[in-house]
Amino acid sequence: MTETTTRLRPIVDGLFELDGEQLVLAGSRCTSCGTVAFPSQGSCPRCTSDTVERHLLARTGTLWTWTTQGFRPKSPPYTGPEEFSPYAVGYVELGGEIRVEGRLTEADPRRLRIGMPMRVTSLAVTGTDGEPRVTYAFEAVEAAE
Amino acid sequence: MTPEVAIVGIGIHPFGPHEGLTGLDMAVHAARAALADAGVGFSQIGFAAGGSDAAGNADTTVARLGLTGLPFINVKNGCATGGSALTTAHAMLAAGAADLALVVGFDKHPRGAFDPRPEDWGIGSWYGETGMMLTTQFFGMKIQRYLAEHEIDPSALAKVAAKSFRNGALNPNAWRRTPLSESQIAGSTMISHPLTQYMFCSPGEGAVALVLARGERARALCRTPVYLRGVALRTRRFGTFEVFSPSISVHETAPPTTDAAIAAFAQAGVEPSDVDVAQLQDTEAGAELMHLAETGLCAHGDQEGLLRDGATEIGGRLPVNTDGGCIANGEPIGASGLRQVHEVVLQLRGAAGERQVPGAPKVGFTHVYGAPGVSACTVLSR
Repeated sequence: MTETTTRLRPIVDGLFELDGEQLVLAGSRCTSCGTVAFPSQGSCPRCTSDTVERHLLARTGTLWTWTTQGFRPKSPPYTGPEEFSPYAVGYVELGGEIRVEGRLTEADPRRLRIGMPMRVTSLAVTGTDGEPRVTYAFEAVEAAE
Repeated sequence: MTPEVAIVGIGIHPFGPHEGLTGLDMAVHAARAALADAGVGFSQIGFAAGGSDAAGNADTTVARLGLTGLPFINVKNGCATGGSALTTAHAMLAAGAADLALVVGFDKHPRGAFDPRPEDWGIGSWYGETGMMLTTQFFGMKIQRYLAEHEIDPSALAKVAAKSFRNGALNPNAWRRTPLSESQIAGSTMISHPLTQYMFCSPGEGAVALVLARGERARALCRTPVYLRGVALRTRRFGTFEVFSPSISVHETAPPTTDAAIAAFAQAGVEPSDVDVAQLQDTEAGAELMHLAETGLCAHGDQEGLLRDGATEIGGRLPVNTDGGCIANGEPIGASGLRQVHEVVLQLRGAAGERQVPGAPKVGFTHVYGAPGVSACTVLSR
C-alpha cells in the first residue's frame, strides 16, 4: 500500500475508510442477530431485522478461494485500461465473520493457495471518468513483509 | 394428491447460430413441432407460459400460432426461465385451470453476449468497474474451492467436458458436434483458473417447446406420456455461495440446487438413486461435477470415482448430459432448461437415436441453476 494510492478518490463512498494510511472495509452488523454484511446494508440478510450498525471489518484473514481473469472484461461496466494484464480475484475470510470478494494484488496462480494469510490493501483503478481511483484489494501477508 | 401432469408433445429448434432467424422464429418452430408431436392444434391449448432472456416476449408467438385468447404468461427468470415456465404450467394444470398447456423457451445471444450490469443485480457499479462482474470468475472460484475441499484432481474437469463434446457429436440438434480430447480441452486458453475455454459453454441460440396435459387427457392423447412427477423452483437462502456476491457468509447453508432437488424428489416420491438419466446445469465442466452432488445424485467427493468408472457416460450407471449439455449445445438462456426436459422425454420414450441410454430408462431428472441463486429441478418418469 502506498501513500499516493490511498490519497486517490475512492471508487465509491462508504465501501471503506482510511485509518491513517491503512484501508479498512466498512460493513454493517445486525444488532439483533450479529450477522455481518458487506457492503453495508440497511437490513439484515439473515433475520430481516432493519436495525443495523456500521461495522468495520478485520484487516487480516485467509484466502477462502480464488481465480484468475484471463481476458479483458467488457466495458461497460469495466473501466480498467485498454491494455490488459490478467489479474486474480478471491474471497478472503476476515476475522472469521465474513468472506469478502476482492481483487488480489498477486496474479500468478502458482503463488496463490487456499488458506494463505491475506490482508486488506489498496489498489489503484480507473473511474468511469477515466481518472484514477482507489479501491480495496487483498495481498498476501508474506509478500508485504 | 396432486393430479397427474404429463408431457405429451416435444419440439426443438436446432441449437447453435442460425443467421436470418430470430429467437421468436425458432420459438414458433419449436411450438409447432411440439403441437404436431402431441397431435393437437394451438386452439386446444388452454394455458401457455414461456420466455427468453434476450430475444423477445414469448406471448408474441400467438400472432403466428393463433390469436385464440388463451392466458399466456411471459417468464423472465434468468437461467431458470424454462423451469419457471414449466413450474407455472404444471401448477395451472394441477389446479384444473386447463387440460392442455404449452411451454416455450428460446433465446438468441450473439457471440460474447452476457454483459450484466451490476445495478440490475442490486450491486454498486464499483463492482463492475473494478472487474468483478463476471460469471466466469464465480464458476472458477466455486470449483477451485470445491476441488480443494473434496481433494478432486483438476483433470476431472477436462474429462467432463470431453464427455459433453462426445455426446454432442451424437446429437443432430447440438451446436458443437466435434469431439475434443482431454488434452485439447485442458490446453485451451485459461479463462478463470482452473477453467479453460473449452470447459465453458458459450452464449448460443435455440428454442424448445413442450405440450403438457392433465393425466386423463394425456393417456387419451399419447401412447408414451412422460409424467412430470416433481417440479420445484427455489431461490437462495442465507449462507449460500452465489454468483455476483461481493461477500458471502461464513455460516454455510445448502445451495438452492439442493433445496430444489430435495423438493422435486419428495414430490415425486423418488430417491436420487432411482434416477436412470440426468441433465444437469453445466455452464462449465465444474458445474456438472458439483451439481451431481448438490442434487443428491452422488456424495460429495465421489465424482472422481464415477468418472473413472464411466458411470456418467451414456452407457454408464448414471448417464449425465446425454445430449451434450450446455457445453455442446451452447447456452440460449431461455431454452436450456426445457432442452434438458426435451432430452429426458426422448430418452424415456426410447427415441434418442444414437445417444439412447440402453436398458429402457424409467426415471429422469433435470436441473438448472442461475444468477443470483435460483434453481429449478424436475423428476420425470414413464
